[in-house]
Amino acid sequence: MTLQEVKDILNAEVLCGEHRLDQEVITAFACDLISEMLSLASSNTLIITSLINPHVIHTAEVMDAIGVIFVGGKKPSEDIINNLNHGNIPLLSTPFLIFNTCGLLFSNGIEGCMRGKTQ
Amino acid sequence: MNSPCQPAANRPQLALRFKIDEKDFLIAGESASKTKKALQQLGLKQEIVKNIAIIVYEAAMNVVIHANHGEIKIIIAPDKVVVLSEDVGEGIPDVELAMKEGYSTAPQEVREMGFGAGMGLPNIKQCSNELDINTRVGFGTTLRATIYLNPADTKQVETGAMYV
Repeated sequence: MTLQEVKDILNAEVLCGEHRLDQEVITAFACDLISEMLSLASSNTLIITSLINPHVIHTAEVMDAIGVIFVGGKKPSEDIINNLNHGNIPLLSTPFLIFNTCGLLFSNGIEGCMRGKTQ
Repeated sequence: MNSPCQPAANRPQLALRFKIDEKDFLIAGESASKTKKALQQLGLKQEIVKNIAIIVYEAAMNVVIHANHGEIKIIIAPDKVVVLSEDVGEGIPDVELAMKEGYSTAPQEVREMGFGAGMGLPNIKQCSNELDINTRVGFGTTLRATIYLNPADTKQVETGAMYV
C-alpha cells in the first residue's frame, strides 16, 4: 500500500513530506531504540516509534527509511521538523499507540522486517 | 584521471573529519548524515553508503557516551573506505563483552534518548569487513572499521572526480 493509504488507516497527520505519500510501503519496523533501528531495519522501511527527538530523524535518514510514524499523537517540535535535514522523509503522527498502529498496518498487509533480510 | 600505472596506495584520498565532544549527542547523527551525503556524491552504492553511515553514527555515539572527546575520520580510497575513531576517555575494560549484543554500560539518561541498547559495536562489526579495536582503560580507544569496495561500487571514485 502507499504511504497515503497508511496515513488514512492510521488517521495520521502529515508533519512534512506530503508530496512523497505516493511511495509504496512493504515493510515496517516498530522500535524505540536507535541502534536496533540501525541494525535490524532494512532500507525502504516505515519506522514506527514513540521517540520524537532529533536522533530518530537522523536515524531514519541514515537508514533510508520510507517514512516515520510517531505514535500516541506525539510530534517532534516544529524547530526539529523545520531545521533538521530529514532527507525529505515524510513524518507522520498518529493518535494510535504502538500496538494498535502495528496491528492495523499488519492486518492490512504490511510485513515486519526480518533480520538480515534486505527488501 | 589517475595514471593506470599509479599504485592505488599513492592515489589521492578523500577524507572527512568530525570532532566529537562529550555529551554532544546531536553531532553523532549529523556526522552520519554528512558522511552519507558525501558518499552519495561519490556515487557509491546505496547499501555501502548506508553501512558506512551506520558505522560513523555508532562510533560517534560511543565517543559521545563513553569518552571525554574524540575524532572520527572517514578516509575514502579507490579500493576501500576506512572509518577511524580515536577518543580520549575511559577505554573498554572487556572488548569481548562489549561486542555482545545487548551488553551496555550506558547511563539511564542516554537510554531514554533511544541509545545505549548494547548494539553499537556489534552493529559496527556487522557493517564492516574488518574491525580493529585498540583500547587502554583510563586512556581511550581507537577503532578502525574497513569496508572494501569492488570496482562496481567505485566507478566514480576511480575517476578521481571528487577528490579534494
